[in-house]
Amino acid sequence: MSETLLTTPLDTLHRERGARMVPFAGYAMPVQYPMGILTEHLHTRDKAGLFDVSHMGQATLKGPDAIATLEKLCPGDIAGLKPGRQRYSLFTTESGGISDDFMVARVGEDELFLVVNAACKDADFAHVATQLPVGTTLTRHEDRALLALQGPLAAAVFARHAPASAAMKFMDIADLDVIGLGRVRATRSGYTGEDGFEISIPGDRAEAFARALLAEPEVAAIGLGARDSLRLEAGLPLYGHDIDTTTSPIAAGLTFAINKRRKMDWGFLGGLVMRDELDNGPSRLRVGLRLEGRAPAREGAEIARPDGTVIGVVTSGGFAPSLNAPIAMGYVPAADAVDGTELAIIVRGKPLPARVSPMPFVPHRYFR
Amino acid sequence: MTEIRYTQDHEWVRLEGDIAVVGITAHAADALGDVVFVELPEPGREVTQGEAVAVVESVKAASDVYAPLAGRITESNADLESSPGNVNLGPEAEGWFFKMSLANRAEFDALLDAAAYAKLVEEA
Repeated sequence: MSETLLTTPLDTLHRERGARMVPFAGYAMPVQYPMGILTEHLHTRDKAGLFDVSHMGQATLKGPDAIATLEKLCPGDIAGLKPGRQRYSLFTTESGGISDDFMVARVGEDELFLVVNAACKDADFAHVATQLPVGTTLTRHEDRALLALQGPLAAAVFARHAPASAAMKFMDIADLDVIGLGRVRATRSGYTGEDGFEISIPGDRAEAFARALLAEPEVAAIGLGARDSLRLEAGLPLYGHDIDTTTSPIAAGLTFAINKRRKMDWGFLGGLVMRDELDNGPSRLRVGLRLEGRAPAREGAEIARPDGTVIGVVTSGGFAPSLNAPIAMGYVPAADAVDGTELAIIVRGKPLPARVSPMPFVPHRYFR
Repeated sequence: MTEIRYTQDHEWVRLEGDIAVVGITAHAADALGDVVFVELPEPGREVTQGEAVAVVESVKAASDVYAPLAGRITESNADLESSPGNVNLGPEAEGWFFKMSLANRAEFDALLDAAAYAKLVEEA
């Protein structure tokens, strides 16, 4: 049975540029362009890459109870978020797991802008909708595209088109004019570990905007393949792989997302479960792993102690183009999670020596 | 004179006297994308036709490489261990994987010729 895939407003442009299109979260998305994943990855670290992330879910939560509503569902300090600022947060579950990770920005006194994962967006927005009191509304922006411009030269490029963006710092959000294209909503953030912006723009203007950016000599179109290797090097978890409903924020190394004030009353979904886990210490932790040799270890590979005891599993793994070496993430018992611990990853029946490594594997270069 | 045949698994086999040189086709290399690692068979290993004997890993995924014929591995392309990208640069030249002796010449003759392989790729 073949299922009809949704397309983003940049579909024509992707195909024109020779992208290899694959199904992803119900959308036809470019996994790579003729440049290839390795070169696309290095280009983003070196210059600037343009990513189509229009499949992600965008929505506005607005009303007098917008903040209180969201705070029931996530451990973040939304009330303390200043207008014009963005934050990373998590939708948690009653049992203390994670049902998605997302970005939330305060765009007004009682107005929040949310960006959530494509595969989770219907469930996330339905989840928020069940909590809405009268007078507070959730509006999805299915008519808007989302482009990410990432890399050390992204800011210089974007400032040519939206001069006001130069004043933004990491995790700022602003509505800006793009020369000739009108208003866009930009955040100075992304998921590559690099400086850059994510830009929300009405779908009918997205292609013209993407073409304008791609006409800049520094910019190349980058597919989902390099997006994945970039976020892996940056140590950033991928929902559905490194985090899910069975992983707690604490085990996932995302305790920073549980705000100090929120720990006073743990008044969010799964809060009390997380309080116990913090008190007793998590039984397992997400760690970074660096392998000896060149053979990559993929998601699903077992992690073992040197004596052969299997203690965990790889949740993301692959070849890190910027390090020219294989890296992975996975969960191991807390006792084995200390940096430098010698472990092995079983690949095709053979234990490959690996070592617990601090993350990010490649330093973040955000513009603070 | 050299003869080249192809397999359904997108490998090429070039006969040089009594020895067959084996690699993956340009079509396969392109589909895999940037190759970052190869695991090659030990010389001296006896293999059966269709046996998984090598592994090629791109940034995206791992794939097996099969012995296209029964016989014995005589040499592996050690350069690929340090320069796996050669598989993309010259899949049917410097990107060769291994050489092997043939147990049965008829197995070679039964593989796809260039026209049949081109048709296979076109229909894929």
